[in-house]
Amino acid sequence: MSDPALVSYLLRLGDDRLVLGHRLSEWCGHGPILEEDIALTNMSLDLIGEAALLLKLAGEQEGKGRDEDALAYFRDAIDFRNALMLELPKGDFGFTIVRQFLFSVFSLLQMEALQRSKLDALAGIAAKTVKESRYHVRHCAQWVITLGDGTDESHTRAQHALDDLWRYTGELFMADDIDREVAAAGIGVDPSTLIEPWQAQVGEVFIRAGLTVPKAGYMQRGGREGRHTEHLGHMLAEMQIVARSHPGATW
Amino acid sequence: MVIRALPTREEVFGILADVKDPEIPVISVVELGIVRDVTIVGTGAVVTITPTYSGCPAMREIEADITRALQEHGVTPVEIRTVYSPAWTTDWIGEEARAKLAAYGIAPPGRVSASELITLSRRRSPIPCPFCRSLETERKSEFGSTACKAIWFCRGCQQPFEEFKAL
Repeated sequence: MSDPALVSYLLRLGDDRLVLGHRLSEWCGHGPILEEDIALTNMSLDLIGEAALLLKLAGEQEGKGRDEDALAYFRDAIDFRNALMLELPKGDFGFTIVRQFLFSVFSLLQMEALQRSKLDALAGIAAKTVKESRYHVRHCAQWVITLGDGTDESHTRAQHALDDLWRYTGELFMADDIDREVAAAGIGVDPSTLIEPWQAQVGEVFIRAGLTVPKAGYMQRGGREGRHTEHLGHMLAEMQIVARSHPGATW
Repeated sequence: MVIRALPTREEVFGILADVKDPEIPVISVVELGIVRDVTIVGTGAVVTITPTYSGCPAMREIEADITRALQEHGVTPVEIRTVYSPAWTTDWIGEEARAKLAAYGIAPPGRVSASELITLSRRRSPIPCPFCRSLETERKSEFGSTACKAIWFCRGCQQPFEEFKAL
């Protein structure tokens, strides 16, 4: 297996969590209730922590002396490899929770498989991420049911969020040559193998929530190759400005 | 010329037993299971640690505390190595440390059971209030003031309290 494929694969894993972790952090001080403000920022912290480990590993495999901070703060949007769904603005609370649920179930399945990676460092990170993802899945599933089966207002907002997000879910499971190469080497997992258990798990919760899963249709893609929505650049501008204005600063 | 005896592994563990978790200052980094191994190298030591949660902001402070404590006892140089496998679990927290947590007002973690963790929704029997022992308690949120804690409320004594989450 070629090193560039492995580095690209690790960037995808790390960037998914970095970008979503940053979107969640935007709720800090804005949560609907104190407990939920704390929960969203806790999940954000987990995701950014996981991203730091994955990007550090990506930098080590790349061997050009880039650490996790260099990869997080000194790459432009075109170099990010996250799925498009994760960079969309945080929206209302319903949008944030539905997206978090869709991704958390995916992440749990992906990391459960990566615990068996032949790359020991990745298997170790996966084992840690699995434990944290289980809490995220449970928390978000309970909120999806609460919102979907709640008031007319909460149901409508949750359904709109699901309708808007669905066309971005396909990208999580699209495999390309990079995915197939790392999977064949026993290091990565082919994401297309995760779609059936994912559909079963999210479907069960949406039924209990009284939410309708949109019909299969066109799926957006591009993030894995660096073709992003306009939203990522704006997000990175905010996320990266301090590091870029004051390189090497410590506090 | 001062000839100093080389430290032993037991002595280093003894020093680390006094290094407390910065966010839960009643239990040590050894009791918490963060310290995985100690290797003596000459007059110094290599301390292998593992993080509780991958984003735990206390880890850097813990590394600095370990280094400082060992250097104060003449163990130098100190090298900290971080490992992620096997992943940290609250099952490594011993009975004595669990009692200290409860006395401090934090309900200790339950045992991690694999079957419980797979389900989407989690039905848990209530845990006793660390203040009044009442079982009339309910979980308010699985996320608390730090990554490792959940928020509960006791209807017996009308007090909120924290639980160290099983992980």
